[in-house]
Amino acid sequence: MNLKLRVWRQRSAAEKGKMVTYQVTDVSPDMSFLEMLDVLNEQLILDGEDPVSFDHDCREGICGSCGVMINGRAHGNGLFDDHPQTTTCQLHMRSFKDGDTIDIEPWRATAFPVIKDLAVDRSALDRIIQSGGYISAPTGTAPEAHSILVAKKDSDAAFDAATCIGCGACVAACPNASSMLFTSSKVVHLGLMPQGQPERNDRVVNMIHQQDLEGFGGCTNIGECSASCPKGISMENISRLNHDLLGALRAGARPKS
Amino acid sequence: MALDLFTVGDPIADTKAPRDVPIGERWSERRFRAKLVNPANRRKLTVIVVGTGLAGGSAAATLGEAGYKVKSFWYQDSPRRAHSVAAQGGINAAKNYRNDGDSVHRLFYDTVKGGDFRSREDNVHRLAEVSVNIIDQCVAQGVPFAREYGGLLDNRSFGGTQVSRTFYARGQTGQQLLYGAYQALERQMAAGTVEQFARTEMLDLIVVDGRARGIVARNLITGEISTHFADAVVLATGGYSNVFYLSTNAKGSNATAIWRAHKRGALFANPCYTQIHPTCIPVHGEYQSKLTLMSESLRNDGRVWVPKERGDDRDPRQIPEDERDYYLERLYPSFGNLVPRDIASRQAKNVCDEGRGVGPNGLGVYLDFAEAMQRLGRPAIEAKYGNLFDMYAQITGEDPYEVPMRIYPAVHYTMGGLWVDYDLQSTIPGLFVIGEANFSDHGANRLGASALMQGLADGYFVLPNTINDYLASGPFEKVDAGNPAAVEALEGVRAQTERLLSINGTRTTASFHRELGRLMFDLCGMERSEESLRKALDRIPEIRQEFWTNVKVPGEAGRFNQSLEHAGRVADFIELAELMCVDALHRNESCGGHFRAESQTPDGEALRDDENYAYVAAWEWTPEGAPPVLHKEALEFDYVHLAQRSYK
Ligand SMILES: Cc1cc2nc3c(=O)[nH]c(=O)nc-3n(C[C@H](O)[C@H](O)[C@H](O)COP(=O)(O)OP(=O)(O)OC[C@H]3O[C@@H](n4cnc5c(N)ncnc54)[C@H](O)[C@@H]3O)c2cc1C
Ligand code: SF4
Ligand code: FES
Repeated sequence: MNLKLRVWRQRSAAEKGKMVTYQVTDVSPDMSFLEMLDVLNEQLILDGEDPVSFDHDCREGICGSCGVMINGRAHGNGLFDDHPQTTTCQLHMRSFKDGDTIDIEPWRATAFPVIKDLAVDRSALDRIIQSGGYISAPTGTAPEAHSILVAKKDSDAAFDAATCIGCGACVAACPNASSMLFTSSKVVHLGLMPQGQPERNDRVVNMIHQQDLEGFGGCTNIGECSASCPKGISMENISRLNHDLLGALRAGARPKS
Repeated sequence: MALDLFTVGDPIADTKAPRDVPIGERWSERRFRAKLVNPANRRKLTVIVVGTGLAGGSAAATLGEAGYKVKSFWYQDSPRRAHSVAAQGGINAAKNYRNDGDSVHRLFYDTVKGGDFRSREDNVHRLAEVSVNIIDQCVAQGVPFAREYGGLLDNRSFGGTQVSRTFYARGQTGQQLLYGAYQALERQMAAGTVEQFARTEMLDLIVVDGRARGIVARNLITGEISTHFADAVVLATGGYSNVFYLSTNAKGSNATAIWRAHKRGALFANPCYTQIHPTCIPVHGEYQSKLTLMSESLRNDGRVWVPKERGDDRDPRQIPEDERDYYLERLYPSFGNLVPRDIASRQAKNVCDEGRGVGPNGLGVYLDFAEAMQRLGRPAIEAKYGNLFDMYAQITGEDPYEVPMRIYPAVHYTMGGLWVDYDLQSTIPGLFVIGEANFSDHGANRLGASALMQGLADGYFVLPNTINDYLASGPFEKVDAGNPAAVEALEGVRAQTERLLSINGTRTTASFHRELGRLMFDLCGMERSEESLRKALDRIPEIRQEFWTNVKVPGEAGRFNQSLEHAGRVADFIELAELMCVDALHRNESCGGHFRAESQTPDGEALRDDENYAYVAAWEWTPEGAPPVLHKEALEFDYVHLAQRSYK
């Protein structure tokens, strides 16, 4: 099939960007979305033009590197009825039709400055983890694994929350650019495990505080995040986070600095 | 033998394992004999750790906890994206929770045997010993492993073993283990013990007075090339499967860090030992950029078959039972579908070579769950493998609950890597190598669920207990950017970068990478012969020559330039490919993943030649024009009896 792409081009954070139109021909339905961009880039290189930069690595939907807005939707989620929510690298061209026009843009959020074209800086998410998204268990201190029992339902629910890949689609999709779904997934994962209890209150207040410092917006329960999340992280995590946060504040927990 | 292609140097040996005590006491004895660094002095010692996968992430976090000054480097935006994140199936540990006869000794034995008797007993035994601590550590970090209703940890079995010792977190074990290490690492970053260098690629090693003292790295956002110094350098940069272009590794996985260290004097061991994984989604087209693994755990319930008749292109569901060949069950009645990976892959190749392969290009076999669905019911299959089935459906557009999956082998893991001793130190003092980047534990074939185990063993427990022996003689004399070795390394990297950008030829980097990959898969892949390897060795220098005169790399050095990153990596892959072929050619025996057509048993199994090849081949780099030098480390088997591997 033949497609018309309108791609956001921006040479660096300091320079202005704009949409540029390209034609790609002979796209196979079995190609992944990123393979289609590879084909475009090969063509651009041979024509002496600058290829389009985009983050990617595993290309199997697990590393969280990739992610672009496709026709206004993060990872293209929500555009196709029959397609499960997924990452950009796992979207295949069979979801498109010959002659389609596709708009491709980077994640847009104050906390995610553009590096070049479609690649953005998501290090703010790492700093949220740094502020408390862990259990303090220095190497060598662990007791025998079976000395801690974890109910299967808690472990399964913790796992569901823990599958967040840190891609940032939730932020990109949210009209407030809130990172609440991301933060809640870690708060809930660790909060459901018995090992996570001692730091539970501090964790939630510190992570929320850091999230604010990074310039992410507040959550107003719109739900675009969950609808765009490739891992189907549910909004219920946000309610649980709010519940934990209230409890923590009531118990007197306050952010570190 | 191909004597024109290499020369033989002095033998090499590990001197760190205390062989004067029995194998079960060596690790504890080594820790006792190793010099310690006083906690107050650790702050004065800097360690560079390159890589944040299971190996590098766990090492950097643990060294930070111990109080060293750590500098952590990686090429992605976040440490959480290291390719360890993609591991699906699980991690082994000799916990014997199933009471099924497992023990440290059995895990040791299985790993030595699975590696086809080409690994070092001391290292493997230690791996088996610390395996149990890894599970404890990860559980304490909150890793949500699969559990039973009683709240205890669940286990499953994996290829090459008959006990159930694999711990897992649905089909995302690597992800969850990595996040455990990543969170520990972020915690140390917040504590200020670990300094972070995101999106920074190591491009050379700085060796001063014979010691590894730093690295040259490029900031991938600004393009700035700079030097970084330390008292010791740890490489945890993963495997080199991307030599083959198509592999299950991430697009950015590369050999650059270890290859540049090799060119600075670190010996490269067993480069030809590569693992081709039997259960991957087949190639679908020319534009394909990577291959996707379907976890080997699928072989627990899926049955592998092809039609008995060649060219039978009926819908698989229409092919009656007695016209199917469940060839693994037929050839290996006791292990059946759970034979080790090298065997499963080669048999898939054999049936496809016979013309019985399935799918559009005949390069595929069925992995069928119909029987398991009947026996266990669809919900049980969904619970166990749901995410894998979904992934298969997304990629192929076919529903594996309805139609059997099609699978074909793909390059997956590299057992070879930089040579290290028992302390995980390379032949350059102060350069340590951990995880997939070293050659240490898997011999000629790695068993499933053993790489995660090794990466975390190295990073959490081994390196932090051995590196002190080296650091105890530090802090070493201060080195700065003005040091001649540092200047030379920095200028070398700058020159190469400029050269790549100035060629301005007519072919893209990707076209060279694809060409190299196809050549390596065909001539140095699942089966190798003197003829195929000689052909590869004729062709690779031509590819290298053409690359350096005709590649077209767009953009500038001082900016975010992904084309430039790729070009540098491909330049190194081309050189490494040549060494892999030399190694494969020199090893005139079959062992594990290295199958030489000339060396097989009458029924087509790998035939080892212990008399001539029971050694590690450690290669020394020589400047262009001179052949590499082979150093042999003799392998002794005192605890596991050398025997022909049998899974019949
Ligand atoms: C799809 C797949 C499934 C697997 N499943 C399993 C399984 O179920 N069980 C199992 O035991 N094993 C499995 N393996 C193997 C296992 O995952 C890997 O061997 C292991 O995770 C490697 O870990 P590592 O820390 O050595 O390297 P990696 O995780 O690859 O990390 C490499 C790190 O080095 C950095 N890096 C690389 N080059 C440079 C450079 N030049 N400069 C700076 N930084 C650099 C990267 O940024 C990254 O942080 C699987 C592998 C794959 C590909
Ligand atoms: S919650 Fe979902 S969308 Fe947000 S970062 Fe995690 S995986 Fe991505
Ligand atoms: S490239 Fe890893 S999730 Fe898409």
